[in-house]
Amino acid sequence: MAYSDKVLDHYENPRNVGVLDKDDPSVGTGMVGAPACGDVMRLQIKLGADGRIEDAKFKTYGCGSAIASSSLVTEMVKGKTIDEVEAIKNMDIVEELALPPVKIHCSVLAEDAIAAAIADLKSKQQAKAS
Amino acid sequence: MSSLNIPIYMDYSATTPVDERVAKKMGECLTQQGYFGNPASRSHSFGWRAEELVEEARQNVATLLGADPREVIWTSGATESDNLAIKGAAHFNKKKGKHIITVKTEHKAVLDTCRQLEREGFEVTYLDPMENGLVDLDVFKATIRDDTTVVSIMHVNNEIGVIQDIKAIGAICREKGVVFHVDAAQSPGKVAIDVEDMNVDLMSLCAHKAYGPKGIGALYVRRKPRVRLEAQIHGGGHERGFRSGTLATHQIVGMGEAFKIAHEEMADEHARLSNLRDRLLDGIKDLEEIYINGDLKQRIPGNLNISFSYVEGESLIMSLKDIAVSSGSACTSASLEPSYVLRALGRADELASSSIRFTLGRYSTEEEVDYTVELIKTAVSKLRDLSPLWDMFKEGVDLDSVEWAHH
Ligand SMILES: Cc1ncc(COP(=O)(O)O)c(C=O)c1O
Ligand code: FES
Repeated sequence: MAYSDKVLDHYENPRNVGVLDKDDPSVGTGMVGAPACGDVMRLQIKLGADGRIEDAKFKTYGCGSAIASSSLVTEMVKGKTIDEVEAIKNMDIVEELALPPVKIHCSVLAEDAIAAAIADLKSKQQAKAS
Repeated sequence: MSSLNIPIYMDYSATTPVDERVAKKMGECLTQQGYFGNPASRSHSFGWRAEELVEEARQNVATLLGADPREVIWTSGATESDNLAIKGAAHFNKKKGKHIITVKTEHKAVLDTCRQLEREGFEVTYLDPMENGLVDLDVFKATIRDDTTVVSIMHVNNEIGVIQDIKAIGAICREKGVVFHVDAAQSPGKVAIDVEDMNVDLMSLCAHKAYGPKGIGALYVRRKPRVRLEAQIHGGGHERGFRSGTLATHQIVGMGEAFKIAHEEMADEHARLSNLRDRLLDGIKDLEEIYINGDLKQRIPGNLNISFSYVEGESLIMSLKDIAVSSGSACTSASLEPSYVLRALGRADELASSSIRFTLGRYSTEEEVDYTVELIKTAVSKLRDLSPLWDMFKEGVDLDSVEWAHH
């Protein structure tokens, strides 16, 4: 299969690979997928004092497009508010990376990872507020 | 001096290039100046000369098998040979019984032929191999019934390279009086064959895994005691009625020459490929969590099939794009065809891993192996650094105990 230059770039030089402290109340962690399906994506986002995402990290077990999608997402979310992050849709990723139809589900996985990370972040924020 | 051709070919079990010596001989059988005659033409020298060449090639194939040339039938390849052997013997013996035995790790050419016979009312037992890929002889023996007529077990497995104990299986078949077919497509030039010593009744072969051309093969059919087959292709009665169709002189000459070379050079090639394979294995053996699929000892020298845990297959192939290899996975990853052969080995720890089959051959070099070693080491450590599963493994998390959100 031929990969787009952007997928190759993210695959060769993945951005923001790593781990944030999952017990930090300002960090939301989302892990989606399953080893049996061939893809597991872990996305972490850290909310800054200004209400914007100040850091993001990922690790992904999956195909090149899945790795590129999650790498791209870590770049996209930085500096955004939670509302803005929630507005990111998988088609934004598909367009940016020029993913072929068979690889659309890799972008869906990345959207799921964002949703899971935000859900985790929100529940932590609520726990802190109450 | 040193020139590495990228991509590096390490898929010799898929097919091999035609040896230059073979190509030259084949080229002499095509044009007006060459031996283009129809080997079946009895009335002129064009036909006689072509027939001579065909018979010389038949002798070369017979010599490699330890057989009589009259026991060798030309076909279009191992797939056709498998079909002719299994269907032919099952149909011929259907009054005696309708039970067939084979193994789950056979090539599709055998498995799908058996499936077809099931649709026709035959019963097939698909044996599970042991974890090392070999057939358990006691289990096999216990599976033979009074109505068993055909046993089909391959010699060298195409994915994991393990060599079945054909001699022991042949002895059991002979004792029980069942027809024994062996798919030996992967064997010539890699492991010795002796159809007498092994008690083989039918053996499928092809040229293109042994530096001969694609589209030509042979079926060995035992004469003493005589093995009877029902033909699958009807026509002019060529090949003593077993397989009609004008003989492809150039293809046959190519197969004969390839088998002659394979026979003569086997010992040297075996030693050279063993060294290269060991060099490859040595180079990567310090990587953590890698497993060799299939028995390492009872195996052809050019094959190494390795599973890399916590590394996804498609991304691994992407990183290894400089080498031409074949890959599989024991689980149903979205991106990679699962390998039924690896699955049949029944290893429990295959959840998140991908496997690569490296097959070396006549033109493989130390330089290529060294380059490959570095590539694998870099790719596997990079992908593990990227892998949340590797982190979890390192933290001691049992992946089976995690509740995954299946999508
Ligand atoms: C074990 C085995 N049997 C049969 C075949 C089919 O051979 P052919 O391509 O000559 O039909 C192959 C190779 O693809 C093989 O490896
Ligand atoms: S995440 Fe499944 S193929 Fe890309």
